Amino acid sequence: MSTTLAPWFGWLALLLIVAGTIGGLFLAPADYQQGDGFRIIYVHVPSAWLSMFAYVVMASSAAVGLIWRIKLCHSLAAAAAPVGASFTFLALATGSIWGKPMWGTWWVWDARLTAELVLLFLYFGYMALRAAIDDENRADRASALLAIIGVINIPIIKYSVEWWNTLHQPATISKIGKPSIDTEMLIPLLLMWLGFTCYFFFLLLVRGRAEILSRERNKQWLKDALGATS
Amino acid sequence: MDVPGLGQAFAAQLVRDLRLGFRHIGQAANPLVFFVMVTTLFPLALSPSPQLLAAIAPGVVWVSALLASLLAAESLFRQDVEDGTMEQLALSPQPLSLLLLAKTTAHWLMTGLPLVIMAPVVGHALFLPGEAVPTTMAALALATPTLSLVGGMMAALTVGLRRGGGLLSLLILPVVMPVLIFGARATDMASGGMETSGVLSLLAALMLLALSLSPLAMAAAMRISLD
Repeated sequence: MSTTLAPWFGWLALLLIVAGTIGGLFLAPADYQQGDGFRIIYVHVPSAWLSMFAYVVMASSAAVGLIWRIKLCHSLAAAAAPVGASFTFLALATGSIWGKPMWGTWWVWDARLTAELVLLFLYFGYMALRAAIDDENRADRASALLAIIGVINIPIIKYSVEWWNTLHQPATISKIGKPSIDTEMLIPLLLMWLGFTCYFFFLLLVRGRAEILSRERNKQWLKDALGATS
Repeated sequence: MDVPGLGQAFAAQLVRDLRLGFRHIGQAANPLVFFVMVTTLFPLALSPSPQLLAAIAPGVVWVSALLASLLAAESLFRQDVEDGTMEQLALSPQPLSLLLLAKTTAHWLMTGLPLVIMAPVVGHALFLPGEAVPTTMAALALATPTLSLVGGMMAALTVGLRRGGGLLSLLILPVVMPVLIFGARATDMASGGMETSGVLSLLAALMLLALSLSPLAMAAAMRISLD
């Protein structure tokens, strides 16, 4: 299934991202306040969305794997973690690059930024735990449990940093908040968002397949399957 | 065979762990000594001026308490897993989650409670305003059980690993960040003379949540680590 679906997602992602990039960089009008600088939104928002989406995918497949003991799900969770971490990093990096000219600083201890950073640490913890356990079966189940603990914690962390921020200090830099975004700006953003999501599934399928192949490298069924095709 | 009830098993486990802890009192005191030492580092590294210290005291007390609890979590289950006691507990007719909760309670009494008691001394040394001290103690009393429980969960996950140390901190810290936020907030608000019951209630809520969910997670993690 992965072999049939992966190219579809791959090409669709490429198409949508190209369309979104053209739309975002050339067709959408410049923002009246931020000029052309706002265009980084077309990378920033989709990757921020995917950083959370990937965690949900990872944790839910880990939970399915832990409860019903399906090995495939563990492979998928393992494949999703580095992708999710990369998107989280990308969201933070583009956010910083965006923040420098707009807010005048690379980093503010804003609630959203802090929550995103904590999310990155959760990904790191997950991958480190998986890497530290040699036995594959144990690594699967231990990291699955960690991912589930993380899911329970994400809302708590999110709200705690939000309250912390509001209690701590008034917003020194007014955020962009929710600008009533223009349709011409919105369409490329949606295209990019879909494109990034397709790209995520493409990566997930390819990486998941590689993960399964490397796990089952000594199994007879794999030798049979490869022998039949080659 | 007569199987002891849940309360009895809990008490027996608690008493056993406390007795073991008191026989190695030096080891149990390590986190406390660490807590005091980390707080002494700040005046040395920054400046001994009372204004500055009073301003950073809430943060210093809470970060030190958090680090001390990290140090303590390391030793929570290690001994028992190494000498096979943990496998006996896992095979016992009582639920493993209850026994692990008893172990964590004992651990908290040995390492968490001393931090709460020590807090006024440390606070005073850092020129924390006197009226903030009762709130800080209350907040620490509510927060340290959460820290112990989260530490227990992660310690159960990593207990079988040879390179567990650094990993344990990496796993615990993101999860306990809310505790740090609310705890430091409580101390900060109290030293500013503000009403703190809201923040304390949040800390209590976190503690109850940890108390209800983490024994189950601990038991599941321990079973994974044991096989």
